[in-house]
Amino acid sequence: MIAPGNDPALQAETTRLPSMAAPSAVIAEDEPLLAEGLRQALAKAWPELRIAAMAGDGVSAVREALAHRPDVLFFDIRMPGQDGLDAAAELADAWPQSQPFPVLVFVTAYDQYAVAAFEAQAVDYLLKPVQADRLARTVERLRRELDRRRNLDAPERLEQTLRQLRRLMSDSSPPPQTFTPLRMLTASQGVATHIIPLEEVVYLEAADKYVRVLTAEREYLIRTPLKELLPRLDPEAFWQVHRAVIVRADAIAQAQRDEQGRLWLRLRERPERLGVSRLYAHRFRPM
Amino acid sequence: MPVPPIAKGLTRQPGAAAGDDAAESNQPSANRRDAGDSAHGRRTIIPELARHGFTTLAICLLITATLTWAGHNVWHVNLVYSLAIGTISWLTIDVGCLWWTRGSEMRWPPGWRGPALVAGGIVLGFSAGSAIGYGYQTQFAMVAPPSAVQVFWIPMLLTITATIVTSAGFYLLGKASHLQAQMAEARREAAEARLTLLRAQLDPHMLFNTLANLQTLIATDAGRAQTMLEHLTQYLRATLDGSRGPEHTLRDEFTLLRDYLELMSIRMGPRLRYDLELPAALADAALPPLLLQPLVENAIRHGLEPRIEGGRVWIMARALTHDGNARLEIIVGDDGMGLPVQPRGVAPESSGFGTAQIRERLASRYGTEARFALTTRLEGGTIARIELPCHSL
Repeated sequence: MIAPGNDPALQAETTRLPSMAAPSAVIAEDEPLLAEGLRQALAKAWPELRIAAMAGDGVSAVREALAHRPDVLFFDIRMPGQDGLDAAAELADAWPQSQPFPVLVFVTAYDQYAVAAFEAQAVDYLLKPVQADRLARTVERLRRELDRRRNLDAPERLEQTLRQLRRLMSDSSPPPQTFTPLRMLTASQGVATHIIPLEEVVYLEAADKYVRVLTAEREYLIRTPLKELLPRLDPEAFWQVHRAVIVRADAIAQAQRDEQGRLWLRLRERPERLGVSRLYAHRFRPM
Repeated sequence: MPVPPIAKGLTRQPGAAAGDDAAESNQPSANRRDAGDSAHGRRTIIPELARHGFTTLAICLLITATLTWAGHNVWHVNLVYSLAIGTISWLTIDVGCLWWTRGSEMRWPPGWRGPALVAGGIVLGFSAGSAIGYGYQTQFAMVAPPSAVQVFWIPMLLTITATIVTSAGFYLLGKASHLQAQMAEARREAAEARLTLLRAQLDPHMLFNTLANLQTLIATDAGRAQTMLEHLTQYLRATLDGSRGPEHTLRDEFTLLRDYLELMSIRMGPRLRYDLELPAALADAALPPLLLQPLVENAIRHGLEPRIEGGRVWIMARALTHDGNARLEIIVGDDGMGLPVQPRGVAPESSGFGTAQIRERLASRYGTEARFALTTRLEGGTIARIELPCHSL
């Protein structure tokens, strides 16, 4: 962790008023020629836009965006590391609340479900190969959006983006195959296979190549990714609270907000505190 | 993977008339197929029953005519006898068949049930039918009381012969039409598989991304744009040609793979490295066209693309002898992400369109002679191994 005084982004924040200066953008695109192509096309269509950084994968996209705090993000959907939607969600989670969240533009070659979701959520997107007139229209919209954004309060804007991202993430994947609901998990340990009834699971946490299964007393490792477990769990009983964490709703004792406005969960049967991603914080609004 | 609209059109029953659309469109789309099938089943029952009824009637008339011509009794007594016996046997057998085959597409019940039905038809038809005939003859016909031969032996013999011959005829005809329907179904499935294969090869995501790369190259590096366009043209042509014939040579397959990999390495830059290894002696060996392409595509898409650092793909062919038979071994390997872990209870075909398709194509072409295995490499990545009989084109 960098000390606040040395953080280049923080220094930039104090010296630069984002909406007054020339608008800036970060481009995240894994194919080098396409990243360069988009940069050139933007140079023509929007000469005053400054490209602050280019990222070749979903992980560095988040890093660059946090470092440069641009006004606009061009995120490719299919990227190594993590895809464009996940990167946007991670960025929204880590974004400082006092800063206006950038306007998102997704870029895709062909993604029928994602495009339908963008249309439905009125999220900007570009199709590859990028066509000049389409790009000009997008730039026009982005300019208006940046103007409008000046009058919008930053937390409100972030909330709006989070709402859009939530919908996008649930709508942009192909309709799931009909999964048989899970009733228990099986985890092998040495020569033994343990059967863990779902009622005993307190939470599940993704850890590198494994998923940790935590019950009140024990911890098991399974190899099925969270993404594949989630559709087979009862959505009322198990809540995703973070990209990497699914909690049994009954096991949550309380949700608490810290000084930074971040939500933390206290559990009934385990000592750990679990951080709630902004994307899922809406679940914990009082009734 | 969603069924492309054109293939969806083909899943319609070949025999279903255009007029069924209105009835079918009220069904939720998931049930469309089933709804169409059961409607299809119901529609053929009545005409089939009527056809059998008419045939039975014709045979009864024929028997009546023959008996009368042979001087056996008067014509109307013969007619009543044969109609009564014929109708009862026919109804017994056909209704029995319908009962036992309800809910299945077969028209003839399996095993002992078929012969049992025929025997039942004979016994019931003969006893009830000749009772009616006897009653008619003694009550209304005003002819001399019948002899034992007239009452028993001739009707008995005729009933047995006619019932067995007619049932056998119906059975064979039903079987022929069932086989015909199965053949039509198989043809339909083959056409659908070809379309799905073509669609998978011409993945729109790949095409549009390639075009986008070309767009940039045209402005910045016309020479490389030219090269890329050539690879794309050759790849498209080979893909379209390849989906026609049942086999082509390894040389053709490797040329296609090289074009594909060249396209991909322009796109991915240094993140993609590849090796193609084809011994000259195997250049003319035959294999189903585009068999390897989905494996290479999977290796890149699921193995290398998600990894920030990318990786390497290799494709190697090797001649083997196995119990004196010449065999061809092909390996498609990558050092990428490795296979995703399947949750228990999820069918293996959901592990990817490409591999299910390959298994099917190998099984339909070589039966048990071909092998296909997909394994995770210990060092990370995936190895796909295909083994098939080696012969030259």
